[in-house]
Amino acid sequence: MRPSPARTASALADAVRSGSTTAAAVVEESLAAIAHGDGEVHAFVTVLADDARRQAAEVDRRVAAGEDPGPLAGVPVAVKDNLCTRGAPTTCGSRILEGWHPPYDATVVARLRQAGAVVVGKSNMDEFAMGSSTETSAFGPTRNPWDTSRVPGGSSGGSAAAVAAGFVPLALGSDTGGSIRQPAALCGVVGLKPTYGAVSRYGLVAFASSLDQVGPFATSVVDAALLFDVIGGHDPLDSTSLDRLPPRMASVVGDGVDGLSVGVLTEHLDGAAPDVVRRVHEAAEACAAAGASVEEVSVPEVRYGLSAYYLIAPAEASSNLARYDGVRFGLRVAADDVVAMNTATRTAGFGAEVKRRIMLGTYALSAGYVDAYYNQALRVRTLIAEAFATTYRRFDLLLGPTSPTTAFALGAKLEDPLAMYLSDVCTIPSNLAGHPAISVPFGTGDDGLPVGVQLMAPALAENTLLRAAAVVEAAAALVDGDGNAVGVEEQR
Amino acid sequence: MSGVPGHDGWELVVGLEVHCELKTATKLFCGCPNSFGDEPNTNVCPVCLGLPGSLPVLNQRAVELAMAIGTALHCDIRPSTFHRKNYFYPDMPKDYQISQYDEPINADGWLELPDGARVGIVRAHLEEDTGKTTHAGASGRIHGADYSLVDYNRSGVPLVEIVSAPDLRSPAQARSYAAELRAILVATGASDGKMEEGSMRVDANVSVRRAGSSELGTRCEIKNLNSLRSLAHAVEHEAQRQVEVLESGGVVRQETRHWDEDRGATVTLRSKEEAEDYRYFLEPDLVPVVPDDGWRSAVAEALPPMPAARRRKLGALFGDEPVEPGGARSDQVATVVDLGLDELVEAAVAEGVPAALALARTANEAATDADAARRLPLVSYVALLRMEATGELTATQVKTVLADLLRDGGGDPAELARERGFEALSSEAVAAMVADAIAAHPDEWGRYRSGEDKLTGFFTGAVMKASRGQADGKAVAAELARRRAEP
Repeated sequence: MRPSPARTASALADAVRSGSTTAAAVVEESLAAIAHGDGEVHAFVTVLADDARRQAAEVDRRVAAGEDPGPLAGVPVAVKDNLCTRGAPTTCGSRILEGWHPPYDATVVARLRQAGAVVVGKSNMDEFAMGSSTETSAFGPTRNPWDTSRVPGGSSGGSAAAVAAGFVPLALGSDTGGSIRQPAALCGVVGLKPTYGAVSRYGLVAFASSLDQVGPFATSVVDAALLFDVIGGHDPLDSTSLDRLPPRMASVVGDGVDGLSVGVLTEHLDGAAPDVVRRVHEAAEACAAAGASVEEVSVPEVRYGLSAYYLIAPAEASSNLARYDGVRFGLRVAADDVVAMNTATRTAGFGAEVKRRIMLGTYALSAGYVDAYYNQALRVRTLIAEAFATTYRRFDLLLGPTSPTTAFALGAKLEDPLAMYLSDVCTIPSNLAGHPAISVPFGTGDDGLPVGVQLMAPALAENTLLRAAAVVEAAAALVDGDGNAVGVEEQR
Repeated sequence: MSGVPGHDGWELVVGLEVHCELKTATKLFCGCPNSFGDEPNTNVCPVCLGLPGSLPVLNQRAVELAMAIGTALHCDIRPSTFHRKNYFYPDMPKDYQISQYDEPINADGWLELPDGARVGIVRAHLEEDTGKTTHAGASGRIHGADYSLVDYNRSGVPLVEIVSAPDLRSPAQARSYAAELRAILVATGASDGKMEEGSMRVDANVSVRRAGSSELGTRCEIKNLNSLRSLAHAVEHEAQRQVEVLESGGVVRQETRHWDEDRGATVTLRSKEEAEDYRYFLEPDLVPVVPDDGWRSAVAEALPPMPAARRRKLGALFGDEPVEPGGARSDQVATVVDLGLDELVEAAVAEGVPAALALARTANEAATDADAARRLPLVSYVALLRMEATGELTATQVKTVLADLLRDGGGDPAELARERGFEALSSEAVAAMVADAIAAHPDEWGRYRSGEDKLTGFFTGAVMKASRGQADGKAVAAELARRRAEP
């Protein structure tokens, strides 16, 4: 069943800024929606009701005092539970971090607060962002608001579900191999993975540092752009942060795609379900109708993306997750000596998927194997980046499905890691290349569940990406699950 | 002198790995103060505690100091990267150390020892320090400890690790290398070189081989060398241990050994079989450091003269008299350079003080409080030494006044001498006193005139007594000699 999303962030912020409503009222509405619906959806690990009310009061005080309350004044936002929030739990969906309260805000969280947004809660996720269904969370799975027997995708499933269910108009997620775009597709919302370095990673608990990127979830492309404008830009606390991002994406969203060239990536059509492929073709036609030149293109190297990713990401994770040793924070299981304590803590604190990836990554980096596995994967990564670079000499954008299928049933893939890994096959190449990509809802599949189409662009071409995303979004508003025309207002 | 002391026919091969803490204001990857001896766990933040989500940002000053060290050691300064060295230890917050691996900032240099020998420098790279663990319990080591306390103030302090080639051939040469390297590190301003505070830490790779062989033997790495003295001792003992193992038909196992100062022996810490697999990979949270030519030359231009050059400059003050290596004068030169007192000597010599006198007073007396001596106004110091050179004050008086100067941080030495009652005796006064002594002792004068030289002491003593010690012995002797030469 199609859930009812919240009002757009732009509309809410305008209303709060103009005084036609208060941040307090907006936040109460969000908290009430969560209280009413999250028992079933379980999008949140922690709801920060008291904090949210305090933040809303501060926004209202700024409005009353005639100060600028910021572009997201009073807008409730869900923050993925791997982004540090000062004094509030940050679990990464793991027992090992249960009870840990970071002493600092992630840069993106600080920027949200600066912009007047209100963090209403920490959203559920696969443990340490390792998963594609939000089922590996130590605190129980999140369910898809469209059909609660289905997964919301992952790993940022809580953020995607919170937006889809209408709990919040905006959410932050992180995307290492598709963890924003795939759940956005499965939940029928917009999800953007920015260029690597466009958004600060400071305060994002690392999974695979060379791939991780923070990005927005929203109900519309323009809202996603608005949130991206707030969180993006150089951060001196992140050495990999870029400082040459064009400002104010939100203002270019309506510029259209006339004259742009769009390549439909055939490798990503090959393994996708027929109803998903049909939607991709419809989106391509919409781009053509808006003046873009569209043709199919093959980039054979992307076929190796999944294999390379499942060496590089676990290798980095094996190092990033070493610090959960019971010495300084989070869980400690007492034992006779320090090595036994480390072992007991990690045995009790990490779930099966996290352990599997730590072992894979440790193996891939080990003496005698590093050349055959990790270093080979790095060479593949370079090949993929070069193949994209060649392709982007001919095309401004690439188009394909975000996920090969619509949302699958809870439990369907949990015991089959390889099947689970394959749900990220279309999203991983952009992470390996460091390029931006966006998932835009485009009607539904044969099962009535949402389909997402993915647009990809070269590094720092977020503006092109968002322009095309808006064109696809406008076309999507004209179709529903059966391919019939529906009005924009009806969808909202 | 090379070889294994007490074992003819064997050659000793040593390479040193020196960890040097950089004297930056802040740590390598965060803004926490880099300071020794503060209350434990006060200079910490999310980054140096390795809290989830924190990221490193490279300290530019640390890079500059590393480049200064590389320049002083004649290294190539190269584009460099950081890696992660993965292993678990409670005082290492991230359970990996960020270190430079296959692309160090400095490589392929050399260091010249005071005896002129050159020691190859393989690399000098940047890395972060760990925290400091204190094991409570009888053993004082991790095994058998009741509990352990960790201070993370040191976590993330910048280090440069300087790896020498295996070019050292004796315990004395190993010590000389470490001493010279320390002097260079101090001179660059990169380090305070305090081994006792751990700001310079030395590990020695030791192996032995039959004299004349060109192959390297199996090496052992010796840790816990807390002074130059223990370095020399440990190297000597380890070499002897290896020779004894080989001479009795055994094989040396590659391992890490701990120097036990009390027992005067090295003991096994861990063997190669137990060695960790560090799973190095490129640190994804940092970007490469690529010093351009402009930065490199700015660092080189800012570098003060190094000890070897300063020793040569001081040696040149003696003109044609060479400063022999290993001699007393060479030691004085080394002391003056080590303590950074070159200027005192050079200024005094420039004002006509004999080089030997300037060097001796600086290396022996000024050196007793080098910090005060470095702050002393050159004009005070030079004026005092001139009073000794001209005979206005005796050596004993000069040492007393110098102590006053060091205590007060400067002053007018003539004034201080007057306050002490060290009335400067003019040559007329000395001549008058000598004349009085001659008049009082006509018999002795006659014998002295006829060649009884030992009576010099008798007359000098008489003048000293009359002047209550204020006469300059040399001036008195000179006056006696002048009077004797009179017809």
